[in-house]
Amino acid sequence: MNMMRCELVVSFAGPLVSYQDGGRPGLMRFGVPGSGAMDSRALAVANAAVGNTLSDCGIEISLGGLQLDCVEGAVSFAVAGGGFEVTVGGVRLGGWTVGKMQAGQRLTMRAGGWGSWGVLAFAGNVVAKQWLGSAATHSQSGFGGGILRAGDRIIVEKPEVRAARDGDLMVPDWARPVDQVRVVMGPQERFFEAGIIEQFLTEKFVLSEAYDRMGVRLNGPKLAVNAALDMPSEPVLRGSVQVAGDGVATVMLADHGTTGGYPKIATVIGPDLDAFAQRRSGDVVGFVAISAEDAVLAARKCHAEIAAYLAYIAAPKGSLADRLMQANLISGVFGDDGAA
Amino acid sequence: MTDKDFPRFRAVADRAVLVEFGSQIDAEIHAQVIRLDRVIAAFPVPGTIEVVPAYASLLITFDPIATDHAAVIGGVRDRMQVPDMPGAVARGHDVEVCYDDELGTDLAEVANMTGMDREQIIAAHLAGEYRVYMYGFAPGYAYLAGVPAVLQLPRKPAAVRDVPAGRVIVAGPQCIVTTLKMPTGWWIIGASATRILTGEVARPFRFDVGDVVRFQRISRNEYDAL
Repeated sequence: MNMMRCELVVSFAGPLVSYQDGGRPGLMRFGVPGSGAMDSRALAVANAAVGNTLSDCGIEISLGGLQLDCVEGAVSFAVAGGGFEVTVGGVRLGGWTVGKMQAGQRLTMRAGGWGSWGVLAFAGNVVAKQWLGSAATHSQSGFGGGILRAGDRIIVEKPEVRAARDGDLMVPDWARPVDQVRVVMGPQERFFEAGIIEQFLTEKFVLSEAYDRMGVRLNGPKLAVNAALDMPSEPVLRGSVQVAGDGVATVMLADHGTTGGYPKIATVIGPDLDAFAQRRSGDVVGFVAISAEDAVLAARKCHAEIAAYLAYIAAPKGSLADRLMQANLISGVFGDDGAA
Repeated sequence: MTDKDFPRFRAVADRAVLVEFGSQIDAEIHAQVIRLDRVIAAFPVPGTIEVVPAYASLLITFDPIATDHAAVIGGVRDRMQVPDMPGAVARGHDVEVCYDDELGTDLAEVANMTGMDREQIIAAHLAGEYRVYMYGFAPGYAYLAGVPAVLQLPRKPAAVRDVPAGRVIVAGPQCIVTTLKMPTGWWIIGASATRILTGEVARPFRFDVGDVVRFQRISRNEYDAL
């Protein structure tokens, strides 16, 4: 089945449900952060699972949830990211899944047992406004595809129903939220006494309610700064753990300000960024320091694991029975904990 | 700090290097930032993704699958030996400002704080020689340093929410023409019709870091007509 377009009406959307793609890297020198999905691997997974290019535009869902009514056409979709509760036409699907919907059916996504951000991808081309070459929504300005609200319409051009892809996806271990977040210390750890750095690495922090696409403030020990805060503003990386004058740490995320005048005690390594973003307000995390060299090795190891998983799910697997058999065969590699 | 402490290289996570040229806002330090930025633009370091210049440092991000910190630092050190790029002349920009009280909502307060009257404040702002030191905070927020000493003020104790786009704001030696409705703790002295986010595909941002900016006064009628 292949119609020219599929149209879905948003009948409910929580806050910060937005169009996101692979983001717009390369523009931090103009004050523009990378943006893109908070869980960038989830976007790649959902796109791979429906046969799209990994960085294609999809919909990012917050814990507020999303409800869509298909009013025209039919389309395959995939859901990944946090473990959301997904239904189509009243039928419950897995948390990581490929399904299809057609005119007259309703898709719902509600916060499930774990995770903060879900991604919904459609087999086809999601029509979204571009800004500087990307549909990723910059949440403060609304530039890019934009924030979705009740009444908005989502148009998928060249939608396809790819029945051979239907079924739940395994949730690999690297997609689960992490308790221990790996960081490389610095680049401004010199603003902190040794005792404060030890506190940072040994005590626990709780994600506060001040959590949006820019970052998340942490509750925990106050990290006193040992000198006058007279540093000129320096560039900020996604994952920077920035400590304000009151000693409160904030982890900068997808829509972060590109520079900041507060010292960064540490920076979350790339492989742990997505799993950190899947923690919720109220969750407890600790930070583990590793060397920059080990961080590069960790990034390469993680990249290889994810590439193998994406290649596996990108290929249509035929019937569900075939796929279950294959899943059993490779469970030693990917874990076999199945989608919830 | 003595000069021999710099340049200093710091590894940032698994995917960036911060090159520090100093620890304060200073024209000569910033000139070194700009020089390295231009050389790297002309001779990119393999495996790098972007270079972000700031007041006294540059962040160079890279793909950890393709390279690592040591290789990037080596590549940057090599490029520091390259003389300045010929033809790297800073461009000049005129930015029009209307200092109407309805738009420059803090003019009265700034007059109280500085002891200058409204016209003296405006003259001081217009007399400044401004250079684009960096972008930061939000898309298109270009940090222009060069506010004269008589007009340098500490930030407000608390930020004001929902300041409209296009406001001309100052704090310390810095001035920004805002591009989005955002909070700010800086002092709002006017409004500009000159868009920093140009909306042009070929040149979406009006300034490059290192460019020179001059402010031109316009009347309320001229502002409203733009």
